[in-house]
Formats: sequence, C-alpha cells, structure tokens
Amino acid sequence: METLEQLKTRIVAAAPGAQVEIIPNGSPANQPSLLLDRDHARAVAQFLRDDSALAFDYASNATGVDWPEKIIKEKIKVKKTVDGVEKEVEEMCERKTPAYLEAVYHLYSMRLKHGPLIVRLRTENRTDRVSLPSLTPVWRSCEFQEREIFDLYGIVFEGHPDLRRILMWPEFTDFPMRKDYVEADDYEYEPTPHDDILAKAKKHFPAGAPV
Amino acid sequence: MATASPTELAASAPPSQIMEVAMGPQHPSTHGVFRMDVSLDGETVVKLKPVFGYLHRNHEKIAEKCSYLGSIPYTDRLDYICSLTNNWAYAMTVEKLAGLVPPERAEYIRVILSELTRLINHSALAGFLLQDMGALGTPLMYAFREREKILDLFESLTGARMMCNYMRFGGCRCDLPPGWIEQVRRLVSDFPKFLDEFEALLTGNEILQARTEGVGVLPAPLAVNAGVTGPMLRASGVNYDIRKVDQYGVYGRFQFRVPLGERGDVFDRYMIRILEMRESLKILEQALRDIPGGPIMDPKAKLRNLRPKAGEAYGRIEGPKGELGFYLISDGGPNPYRYRVRPPSLINLTVLEDMCLGQTIADVVVILGSIDIVLGEVDR
Amino acid sequence: MNGAGIIKGMIETARNFAGSYHDEARLTTVQYPEEKLAPVENARTIPFLVYDGAEALPGLRCTACMICEKECPPQCIYIVKDTVKKPDFVGKMQMQPKVFDIDISVCMSCGICVEVCPFDAIKMDQVFELSTGDRFGGLLLNKTQLAKPNDYFNKLHKTEAAEIDLRRVEEKQKAEAAAAAKAAAPAKPPMAPPPAP
Repeated sequence: METLEQLKTRIVAAAPGAQVEIIPNGSPANQPSLLLDRDHARAVAQFLRDDSALAFDYASNATGVDWPEKIIKEKIKVKKTVDGVEKEVEEMCERKTPAYLEAVYHLYSMRLKHGPLIVRLRTENRTDRVSLPSLTPVWRSCEFQEREIFDLYGIVFEGHPDLRRILMWPEFTDFPMRKDYVEADDYEYEPTPHDDILAKAKKHFPAGAPV
Repeated sequence: MATASPTELAASAPPSQIMEVAMGPQHPSTHGVFRMDVSLDGETVVKLKPVFGYLHRNHEKIAEKCSYLGSIPYTDRLDYICSLTNNWAYAMTVEKLAGLVPPERAEYIRVILSELTRLINHSALAGFLLQDMGALGTPLMYAFREREKILDLFESLTGARMMCNYMRFGGCRCDLPPGWIEQVRRLVSDFPKFLDEFEALLTGNEILQARTEGVGVLPAPLAVNAGVTGPMLRASGVNYDIRKVDQYGVYGRFQFRVPLGERGDVFDRYMIRILEMRESLKILEQALRDIPGGPIMDPKAKLRNLRPKAGEAYGRIEGPKGELGFYLISDGGPNPYRYRVRPPSLINLTVLEDMCLGQTIADVVVILGSIDIVLGEVDR
Repeated sequence: MNGAGIIKGMIETARNFAGSYHDEARLTTVQYPEEKLAPVENARTIPFLVYDGAEALPGLRCTACMICEKECPPQCIYIVKDTVKKPDFVGKMQMQPKVFDIDISVCMSCGICVEVCPFDAIKMDQVFELSTGDRFGGLLLNKTQLAKPNDYFNKLHKTEAAEIDLRRVEEKQKAEAAAAAKAAAPAKPPMAPPPAP
C-alpha cells in the first residue's frame, strides 16, 4: 500500500477541492489517519473504493468519538513592557481545544489484501451542527454502524437510507455515549454501594435499604 | 426462488394482503432476544427489518470507567459462546496500543485455545441450525457432548467453562497445568471420529439438503460491500481469512487451507463450518507439536495501572463468527478514552433482508441460523 | 436411492442409543444431585478470605490495602479499614479490615481480586450451591462468612496452597534470622552531641 502522503496527492488529484489532512498517531501501533472535509467525503470514498490500485472495497469498522471542549492551561512567553523595559515574561494562558464529534472509518481491501486505511470525518460542533455525509451508499457495511453512531452520539448522517435508533428504543431522547451523558436516576438500592451510587441511593432511600 | 427487490415484491402484492408479523424477542429460534418485523404476502417475505438492542448493556461505556485489566472479564461476555477469542482480540489491541510483545509460548497457547474455541462454536452452530430446522435436539446434543469435553479442558486451565478471562495483554494469565497438553492431544485424535459421525448423520440427509440448498443465496459482491466476514463470506466464494491475510500471532507458521463455497447458500455455510473444524484440527496438531517452553508474560507488561501513551490502535482477529475488531483510543490515563468493539454478528446481519426476500417464512429461521449471531455481540 | 441419507442418519442415532447402554463415552448424563462431578483444582466461583491458625478474625491475612476493591470490575467488594493494627505471620504490624463485604449477586467470578492481592489473602472458592430466599442480605457476605481456614484452601487448590505455604515458611525464617542478627549485634555507644554553633 502507498504511504499516506502519496495517497493524499492522489486523492486531491482525483476529487478536486478535497481537503485532506494527515493525523499522526502517538501509540506504537503506527496507524495514522486521514482527515477528510465534509463536502468531498463521499467523492473521496468513491475514489478509494473504485481505484484499481487501492480497491478499498471493505469498510470494516465505523466508530463515533466524542471530543468535548478541553481547557488547556499553558505557559507561554510573551513580550511585555515591565517598568519601561521590554522583557519576555512567562504568562499562564488558557487555550480551548475545539469541541466536535468524530466518525472514524477503518477501510481494508479484500481484493488486494491490504489495509488498514483510517479515515476521519469531524462535525463542526457538538450542539447544533452535527451532520456528516453518510458513506453507506459507498459501503453497505456502514448502514448499521452509522445508525449506531446516530443513536449513541447524535451525529446525523445525510444520505443514509434508514436513519433511526438501533440499540436504544425509539422514544429515547439522549445520546448515551457522549462524555456529558447523565444517567437516569431511578436506581435500585444496591447493598454494597460505592461513591456516586451511594450518593444516589441515599437521595432515594434516606433511611437505608428498602424492604 | 429468484430474489426480487423489495419494491417489486411489495408492488406485486395488494396492500390489503400483506401481513406484518413480529418474530418477536421471545422466540426459540432467534438465537437470543432478537426481533424481526417481517411483512408477508401469504408465506413469501416482502420486507424484513431486524430490531435489536434488547441486550444492550453499553459495554463500551463501562470500559471507559474500568481500567484496561478490568475490561477483560467484560469482553468474555460479548460473544458468550467464544469467550477466549474475544479476550485475544482485546489483548492484541492493547498490546498494539502499549507496544507489548507476548512471548512465543503465550502465542502458541493462544492459538491452541482459539482453535479449540472455533471447534466449540462451529459444533454449537451446526447443532442449533439443525434444531431450528426441526431436528428437535438430537444433533444438538451430539454436538454438545463434544463441546463439554472441550469446556472441561477450559475449566482445568482457566477456572471457568465459559467466561474464561484468561488472556492478558502481554501473554496469558497462568501456565498450563501438567497433563493438559496430553488431554488436548487425546481430544484432537478423537475429534475426527465425531465429525465423521456428525456428517454421516447430517450431510447426506435429504431433508437438510432440500431445506438448505438454494436458500438464502448471498452473492459475493454484495457480501464484500456489506462487510460480511467469516464463514459467511467464504461460503460466497471470497477468499478472505484474516488468519492468512494479517498472520497475527504465530499463524504464519501453520499449514492449513481455507475452504471456500460456491453458491453462497445455507448448505454451503453449514459445510464450510464442518470443513473449518477439520482445518482447525490440523492447526491444533501442528501447534501441539511445536509448542515451546518459556515464560508466558511479557516482562514489560504491567497489569495494574497500565497507562499507554496517547494514541489509538485497531486490532482484529478471525473469530469463529467473522472479523472481531477492537478500536482503542488512549489519552494517557489508566482508562481508555474510547473503546469500540467491531461486532461480526451485527455487520453480518446487514444482509439478512437481502437474503430473505422472496423466501418463505420457514426459510427465514434457517437463514438466520446460518448467519450465526450471538446477541451479546450484536448489542454489546 | 431416495431416502438413503435419512436411513444412514438413523443408523447413527441407533448406534448412539444402543451404545448408551454399554459404552461409557456415550452415556454422558450425570445424575445430579445424587452424583456430583468432582471440581477441578482451578475452578472458581466466589472469593473467600484465608486465615491462618485456629481463629478466623485474628488470623486473617487481609491487610485492607484496598487493591482488590479498586481493581474489581463490577465493584462488588466494600472494605472499611480498622483503626487497630494486628501483627501478621512475620510479626510486622499491619492494618486490618473492619468491614469486608462481598456482594456475590454482583460478583462475576473473574478472579481479578485474587490476581492482584499482594498478600495471598483472598482466593477463589468452589461452592456454587448458594441460593437463598433473602435477595439482598442473604447474598451479601461479610468478613465472618467469608473467612475460611488455610486447611480448606489447601484442600481446594493443592499445588497453589503448597507453594504459598512454602514461601511463607521461608519468609518467616528469614525474618526471624534478621531479628536474631539484630539482637545479637553489640550495642552502639551513644554519639557525642554536635558542637554548638
């Protein structure tokens, strides 16, 4: 299989206007990924599937990931005037990482027996602009997995033939796998409660174990 | 029977004649709490929508709270018939994430246990498929008789028959007790006799052939595009076995063939599983012959408080049902940031509707049985 | 001939049926509860606490280090440390648990608590006839119900218990030798006070 840099040039050539970024991977697994932009994702996917040298005809896994906003405090050196003299001072600065939901696809080739190629798509934010193009018209295996990402994370896939909840029941309203999901509070009191379960049990059963 | 598109079938039947049946979550043949909303025109299936989520325990969220060691017993309960292959897939992914290398003896033990798991899964499947067809339990009990011998082996090694919790990242939990290898050798030499008996009972049976040949045909291009893996894919003629493609562990050292089917119907899937059991026996013989001595854990592996560097990894194995993959994202802490199971049973269900259209409702049960789903894996 | 396959199958069934009268391998049913299968050495169901000596609570090996509570995946162990310390088998003063509860309706028999215990204090039992009428309290075992003697541990897991006993005897001998060497060393003369600045 080609390296990601060669792949990036070929993708940009085949789907003009596509913005492809290579995301490195910190672990020893050596599996860097390609970040695609939303507007050209389906065209790039079709190129990846139909190109004869790549032939990624098998989308093995489609995952959703939740990246909430993180505030990173770092010290940076700033030029400031102190007592009339310009000096470099270290200041504590706060930086907010962007918040988004992400869909990660793992692609393999059954014909040429190579892979994996990891492709990522990101939404704009976690609140209202959460739609991504669906890759189900390209790879049918994404059908149930994208439904699951919609069910558990809330990403709306445009172009999906049948987008409805798959694991939770249809009337359920929240998105369980998000990091800020608060579980329902109707707990049965457990005899060995720990920490947060103990606090919840005390709220419902202040006198002790129920009869 | 030729399969027509759902719109053609639905258009040909007048709407007042279509009956909607929920083959509901409580059903003896749906392999667990699984529901299918089937629309029937007489006895022909016009539309089929699978509904699941009755066994959803949100294993992925529990794993974000547990440490890497604490998730291993939960992986046993994913595909609860084959617990050791689930353990191996997870252990392999953590090893990729943290950069651990298990020693050779551990790799050979893993191969032996994984092939024994393939034997128990395929015999259980053959038994259950025949039970769904109406052979009320006889082939099932013969298959379970052999399964019990293998489960006894698991108990003497790992401590539990089904929820084995044996593989660890970096190797295995404990070494083989004395005499275990001889017991496995005896089982491997006796197993072909059972397979011959099983095939004499079933493969030539005219009722089985009439009910399964030509039923539930899955064409190869659809199988590849829909992400079907495992014996179902190979029954449609596509040669993709992850043991041969990725050669994870020490599978590169063993000689074995990959059986392929021609027509992609239920009979091919049943026969592929019988043939795969014979190939597993070959791998077992070679592994038992070559297993070296030595340590069983990577000395660098820390069980408690493992904190891999921030990054991600995707590891996959050829489980008995298909490609079982785990995707882990670490943020440097003791718990995984994202933990995802790629369930083969769920992805294989994508094509259930395509295979069942135009068939009778009695065939739906047979086709579902041949896909080999386990709800613990579909719902997690 | 049409039907030959079915007849061949029926011959197999008949062979199994007739064979079950005289062939051990074909008669696989164990008539529980009159007959019971002998448990294997490694089998595990619920944990128990090991104590040395005759009395349960003073002899408990557990030092309330809380490692098993932290590593337990379904969090079924509940420990409260005691303020009073007690000596262990070497003579060193160790903490002890005041409350040690295991909820066996939550326990999933994974054995991770046994794997991570540094003091060989908690081991896996093999009892499975545990049903009771009281759904909450009857399945919550406390320290006294969980404590079982070392002889019981030796009966269940022979090889492991033998190794652990050997190791503990060696450690005790080493500790006694170190204590004897310390007592026999000549007393050091008191140091001169440092000069005032």
